Amino acid sequence: MKISDLDWKPLALVPVLALIALPLTGSLSTWLTLTVAGLAMGMIIFIIASGLTLIFGLMDVLNFGHGVFIALGAFVASTVLGWMGDWTGSGELWRNLVAVFPAMLVAMLVAGAVGLAFERFIVRPVYGHHLKQILITMGGMIIGEELIKVIWGPAQIPLPLPEALRGAVFVAEAAISKYRLLAVVVGLVVFGLLSWTLGRTKIGLLIRAGVQDREMVESLGYRIGRLFVGVFVIGSALAGLGGVMWGLFQQNLIPQMGAQVNVLIFIVIIIGGLGSTGGALIGALLVGLMTNYTGFLVPTLTQFASIFLMVAVLLWRPQGVYPVASSR
Amino acid sequence: MNLLELQGVQTHIGAYHILHGVDLVVPKGQLTMLLGRNGAGKTTTLRTIMGLWHASQGRVRFADKDITALRTPDIAALGIAYVPETMGIFSDLTVKENMLLAARSAKNADGIDDTRLKWIFQLFPAVEKFWNHPAGKLSGGQKQMLAVSRAIVEPRALLIVDEPSKGLAPVMIHNMIDAFAELKASGVTILLVEQNIHFAQRLGDTVAVMDNGSVVHCGPMAAFSADEQLQQSLLGLAL
Repeated sequence: MKISDLDWKPLALVPVLALIALPLTGSLSTWLTLTVAGLAMGMIIFIIASGLTLIFGLMDVLNFGHGVFIALGAFVASTVLGWMGDWTGSGELWRNLVAVFPAMLVAMLVAGAVGLAFERFIVRPVYGHHLKQILITMGGMIIGEELIKVIWGPAQIPLPLPEALRGAVFVAEAAISKYRLLAVVVGLVVFGLLSWTLGRTKIGLLIRAGVQDREMVESLGYRIGRLFVGVFVIGSALAGLGGVMWGLFQQNLIPQMGAQVNVLIFIVIIIGGLGSTGGALIGALLVGLMTNYTGFLVPTLTQFASIFLMVAVLLWRPQGVYPVASSR
Repeated sequence: MNLLELQGVQTHIGAYHILHGVDLVVPKGQLTMLLGRNGAGKTTTLRTIMGLWHASQGRVRFADKDITALRTPDIAALGIAYVPETMGIFSDLTVKENMLLAARSAKNADGIDDTRLKWIFQLFPAVEKFWNHPAGKLSGGQKQMLAVSRAIVEPRALLIVDEPSKGLAPVMIHNMIDAFAELKASGVTILLVEQNIHFAQRLGDTVAVMDNGSVVHCGPMAAFSADEQLQQSLLGLAL
C-alpha cells in the first residue's frame, strides 16, 4: 500500500491528545513525565491487546478469558525471576536484562501452551456462538485464577523491579522511569514484529484475509482452522508477555490481575477496530495517555477516562479508528 | 467424460430444505451453464460442491473421487477454483496481495508464474493497472475481474463462477464474455451460474436448468436456445 493511501487522521490523535494536555499540566517537565509514562503504559496495554484483537478479528471469538493468560505470564515470571535473584539484584543493567528476557520467554511459552489447551477444550466447541463464548471463556478464566491460587497461593505476591531498572532518568527536568523506557522498547519490538509478519509474510496475509472473509480463504485452499489455533496460541503468548510487563509495572501480583485489565484491553481493541493491530496500538497509546493525564489532573475521573475516550472515538468512527472490512 | 457429477444431492440449511436431489454433470473441457429463477438453488448447489454447505444426502464426485464429505480447503486443493456471487475480494488487501493468496505455490508476488500473469493482464488490463492499489477501491466490474483473475492465477481443473455479470455495465459484460470465451478456448472446464441470458447463450456448451431445488432440464445449449417453448416453461422467458 502506498503512503498516500494511509489514513493518517487516527495517527494524529495521539499527538493531538498530548498537545491538548500540555497547557493543562502546568509545566513542560510534568507534561513530559506524564506523556512518557502514558506512552509506556500504552505500549504494555498494546502488547496484551494485540493478541486479543487478532483472536477477536480473525476467529470472531469473544475471549473473556484472555485475562488469565496475563496473570499466568506474570506469575510464571515471578517464579523465574525468583530463581534468578542474583541476577535481578545486581546493579548492572545487562545482568538484569539477562534475567528479565528468559522470564518473558518462559512466560510466553507457558501462556502459549495453556492457550493451545484453552482453544482446544474450551473455545473450539463454541465457535460461532457468542453468548456461549462469553460464558465459557469467563468460566475458563475463573478456573485459571483458582489454579493460579493453587500453585502460587491466594496471597498477593510482590514482583520488585530488578535493581538497575528502578528509579528514573532525568530529561529536561522530567523524571522518566527506566522501566517505562524498557516497556516502550519492548512494545515497539512487538509492534515491529507483528507489523512485519502481518504485512510482509504470506502467513500474515492469510491472517489479514481471514479477518475479512474466512470462508473465501478456505475456498482458496487454506486450512483456516490451523491458522485459528496458531493465532490463538500467539495471542495467548503475547498476553503472557504483556502480563510480565504489567506485573513489573504494578510490582504486585494477584490472581485476578488479568480480569482487572480485561476491560481496559477490550476498550483498546474497540477503539482500534476489531482485528486491526495498528488500531490497537493507537487505541492503547490513547488509553495510556488519557489515564495518566486524567490521573494527574482529575484523579477521581481516572476510571471513566478510557470509557469517555472510547465513546468519543466511536461517535467519530463507529467501527473504530482502523475498521477492518469484514464479510461477517 | 464428466469432470464433475452430482447424484441426488440434498442440502439443508438449518431448518430449510433447499436442494431436493440435484443430478448434474459437468463434461470435461466444456462450459456448463446453470440457469434458473431466483431461489431455484443454483448458489446452494455451487456452495455444496465446494463443501461450504454439506450435502445431507447424495454424492458429489470430482475427477472420479468422492468429495461429498471433504472440507472446503481439501476440495479447493484438488483443483477447483470458486468465485462466489459476492466475489470474495479481500478489500483491505491490494490487488497484488489478493492474487498472491490465490497462488498457493507462490511465497511472494515474484513467485507467481510470469507467463500466466501476463496472460491474465491481457485478459483483464485493470488487474495490472491497479496492481498495487487496495482492492476495496476498485469498481464493481474491476472487482469481478480481480475475482476471476484470482481463480485462474494458477491452472485449475474446474472453474466455478457464480453470476459474473451481476451488477455490471453492458460494456463490462461484453469484456467479461470475451474473457470467458478465451478461458474456454484454453481448455479449462467451467461451471457458470448466470442470470444474463445473452451471456449464457454466447458461452454455454451445455445447460442445466434448476427449479425448486432440483435440475429439471439438461442438454446442449444450442438445442435449448432454439426451443422457445422450453425456455418459456423453465425460465419464464425466451432467449
